[in-house]
Amino acid sequence: MNIHLSTNNGVPIYRQIVSQVKYLVASGRLLPSDEVPPIRVLAERLLINPNTVARAYRELEAAGILISRQGSGTYVSNTGSPLAWAERIKIMTERVDALLAESRQLDVPVQEVIALIKSRDRLLAQPREEEAANADAVS
Amino acid sequence: MQMPSHSADELPILVTHLTQFYGRATALSDLSLQVPRGAVFGLVGENGAGKTTLIKLMLGLLVPNAGSVTMFGMDPIQHPERVLGRLGYLSEDHDLPHWMRVNELIRYNRSFYPNWDDAYAEELRQQFGLDEKAKVKNLSRGQCALAGLLIALAHKPELLVLDEPSSGLDAIARRDILAAIVRTVADEGRTVFFSSHLLDEVERVADTVAMLNKGKLVLCAGMDEIKAQHHTLTLHFPEPVTGPLKIAGALSIEGRGKEWTVVCNGEMAAVRASAESLGASIVEESTPSLEDIFIARAGRRSLKV
Repeated sequence: MNIHLSTNNGVPIYRQIVSQVKYLVASGRLLPSDEVPPIRVLAERLLINPNTVARAYRELEAAGILISRQGSGTYVSNTGSPLAWAERIKIMTERVDALLAESRQLDVPVQEVIALIKSRDRLLAQPREEEAANADAVS
Repeated sequence: MQMPSHSADELPILVTHLTQFYGRATALSDLSLQVPRGAVFGLVGENGAGKTTLIKLMLGLLVPNAGSVTMFGMDPIQHPERVLGRLGYLSEDHDLPHWMRVNELIRYNRSFYPNWDDAYAEELRQQFGLDEKAKVKNLSRGQCALAGLLIALAHKPELLVLDEPSSGLDAIARRDILAAIVRTVADEGRTVFFSSHLLDEVERVADTVAMLNKGKLVLCAGMDEIKAQHHTLTLHFPEPVTGPLKIAGALSIEGRGKEWTVVCNGEMAAVRASAESLGASIVEESTPSLEDIFIARAGRRSLKV
């Protein structure tokens, strides 16, 4: 579990952990039933107060993203987190904002950006369509 | 040997209206604070702010000019052995006898502490990578700090007092020391009091912070509380303005031309009103880092060693 903390941006450390674990889960880098590091281990690796890690884990448990099994560690929840969709949208919103900021600076109208997204999406989807076509041909 | 536990609910550290002079200079001025059991308490301030003076008073090495310090409910001057037996102390300059070898240093110090734990001392020695045959004078600064920390920890004290534990150390030694502190904190019920001018370090490890500036306590609160109360606002003016700006409720104001940055303490409404009356709009709001807050409070640009 790769977490990068910064004390320059003012965001409380436990919140940085919470949002980065959410990101790792939402982006599929942490999968259901993956084990997350024990509190002490993560605290020592990140050089932070173990209580801060404990607090972040508690919050992630309350949000349904992690579950702790008594005496055997903490895991990514199996049930699929209820927040995952909202989180995914939140992450996308940040990306879209950055994209829009750049397109404005480069003076590319938003319709062009949308058209570009659609055409890129078609391109990225093609191999999969081919696979599907191949599968159809086989069956 | 166990001390009678009648003082189990006593605060590890209680400082009340403490004032200390060195000649005519005031080192500490009417300082009051308390450190609850289990806290990781960070004392921050520039060199000369009074951090080491406060620690010396806590250890009973100085007699207060006014006010009082009680440790576990006891006066450290009247009951030095009872107070010092319950705490581990790492001094700023890690002063250890140069002519001793590491194993001699350990044997020498164990004789002061009835609760010394040989197995734990050995575990720490290996963890810190200290050669038992090495002479103290041949240890690096980082190894000296670790040896000092070993001595402070091996009697499993309830309270660990660290004066600038990582000052003057290279990045790797700092990491070792911080990791050792983090490991110590994880031990149940242990209270840690450490002073530092490295605010990044304090922000990572401490749950409560006291800021000293020229002997005065300028802020003392939980880290969460401090973060929740302080805000950084970026103001944008339609036309460049020349300072100094006057904004009600601001702790500090910085900037030039059209963009100005204000750090404030829970006075968002006042700052907003004041900024708007000057014709500025607030274009960004964020939480300042501990360093930003300290600088805003101390009215100083940089924290120098």
